[in-house]
Amino acid sequence: MSLPASAQAALDSFSACQGWEQRARLLMQWGDQLTPLSDSERGEDNRVSGCESQVWLLIEATGQYRQFRAYSDARLLRGLLALLLVRVNGLPLTELQQLDLPDWFAQLGLARNLSPSRSNGLQAVLTRMQQLLASDD
Amino acid sequence: MDIAALNPSYGLDCLPMPIQSPWRADFPGILALEAEGQTYLDSAATAQKPQAMLDALLGYYAGGAANVHRAQHVPGERATRAFEATREQVARWLNAADAQQIIFTRSATEAFNLLAYGLEQQFQPGDEIVISALEHHANLLPWQQLALRRQLKLVVLPLDSHGLIDLAQAAQLIGPRTRLLTASQLSNVLGSWQPLASLLALAQAQGALTVVDGSQGVVHGRHDVQALGCDFYVCSSHKLYGPDGVGLLYGRTHALEQLAHWQFGGEMLLHTDYRSASFRPASLGFEAGTPPIAAVIALGASLDYLTSLDARAVSAHEAALHTELLSGLQQRQGVHLLGTPNVALASFVVEGVHHADLAHLLSEQGIAVRAGHHCAMPLLQGLGLNGALRVSLGLYNDAADLQRFFSALDQALELLQ
Repeated sequence: MSLPASAQAALDSFSACQGWEQRARLLMQWGDQLTPLSDSERGEDNRVSGCESQVWLLIEATGQYRQFRAYSDARLLRGLLALLLVRVNGLPLTELQQLDLPDWFAQLGLARNLSPSRSNGLQAVLTRMQQLLASDD
Repeated sequence: MDIAALNPSYGLDCLPMPIQSPWRADFPGILALEAEGQTYLDSAATAQKPQAMLDALLGYYAGGAANVHRAQHVPGERATRAFEATREQVARWLNAADAQQIIFTRSATEAFNLLAYGLEQQFQPGDEIVISALEHHANLLPWQQLALRRQLKLVVLPLDSHGLIDLAQAAQLIGPRTRLLTASQLSNVLGSWQPLASLLALAQAQGALTVVDGSQGVVHGRHDVQALGCDFYVCSSHKLYGPDGVGLLYGRTHALEQLAHWQFGGEMLLHTDYRSASFRPASLGFEAGTPPIAAVIALGASLDYLTSLDARAVSAHEAALHTELLSGLQQRQGVHLLGTPNVALASFVVEGVHHADLAHLLSEQGIAVRAGHHCAMPLLQGLGLNGALRVSLGLYNDAADLQRFFSALDQALELLQ
């Protein structure tokens, strides 16, 4: 399965990461690159429920391609969202539906952020993404 | 146990050595977590267990399990005796007049649900249930839903600036339509003892039933339900160094008599035919189905263990650690405490820092503290917060735990600020 170039770059930099501090710094740098959503986009409709932090996720369709945008008020979660978007955006729907996203975060060394705890933000985002894809035809 | 002999810091005005817990070694869980690099500061969520409890749990199963209150055989009789012995111990722990005033539930949450369903018939549309603004969801939702079912008014008592239920406003809000008051003894978010004596008196003057959520309070110091004078007192085993799966409900005899049966089955009945049945009174009438036998027996071992400790030494230890926690937090720039914590825990936010980011980085460093709304969403909303961090202490924590926490906090803030 194809890895977008920017995703490969993310994988390279996180693989080279040594220790939690470096990983956190990198995560925040990725988060800083995330484009903020407008006020109207940060509405209840786009809000991911089940998160301790506020998270919004939007899907946009162009032909067979799907584009996601996301934002959070928490910086580290913004970084995780950026790493998610870099992996999924630019892929056709068929490929998106087969993507193993937990494995993607495991490759980045960030699997721990996908804990099954109810309050976990990233897990809720992945679930919401699946719902958006499932209702997308 | 004479703690002063073990730990000279309690006997001196200046503290030449860091606070140690003489009981830490009794808790294999805290030692295992430490060996794993985890500093456990979330005892208000659930506590680690003493070895004596683990032994009792294994001992019951390894010695031969049997159901309680059913069979005449020897294993059944043995299990029933051990099970009922815990009821006696709980009654002594809370100073209840009679062990039959103690009902075992599956959790404190279930105990509140039992009350809300069991008392439902006592309410008429327009009656008022009074809760406080700081209640845990467990002591909010059952009443909120009861109010919706029966067209009752849910009255919420506001807090003062210290995080205490405002008595002046309570006096205005508790009135002739008040049929029940329920309030937390010790807030799980603010760590403050609530002015229960005055509050209960206001409700009792109106002839209302009174319920106390002792889930946090019961863990710190000894409490006397008769002196407290409440009709019902609820707490859970797992915060009190016992196993999970057991909640405790104390009720005054007269109050218990007002409860309708709510779960049916098992040995809670006196007689049944196919069409109708008659039921036992409390306690057994409210323990439908096979109870958590092993857990109840093991709770007995936890209470034995706690009873064997020098209560004053435990309180002094907890107070000393709590003081150190508060002063450490107050020394750090931008840290704001929630309310005025008295004991056991402190919740805080840091200016300009998202609680989820801080939680993330503390967890990266092996610090187990709670982040979020602490099952008290309306309270946090009322304070204008999305969430907060909470550090909570058990009797096994020591100064080294707090030092690890503070050094991790400093590192995290350096990255985030």
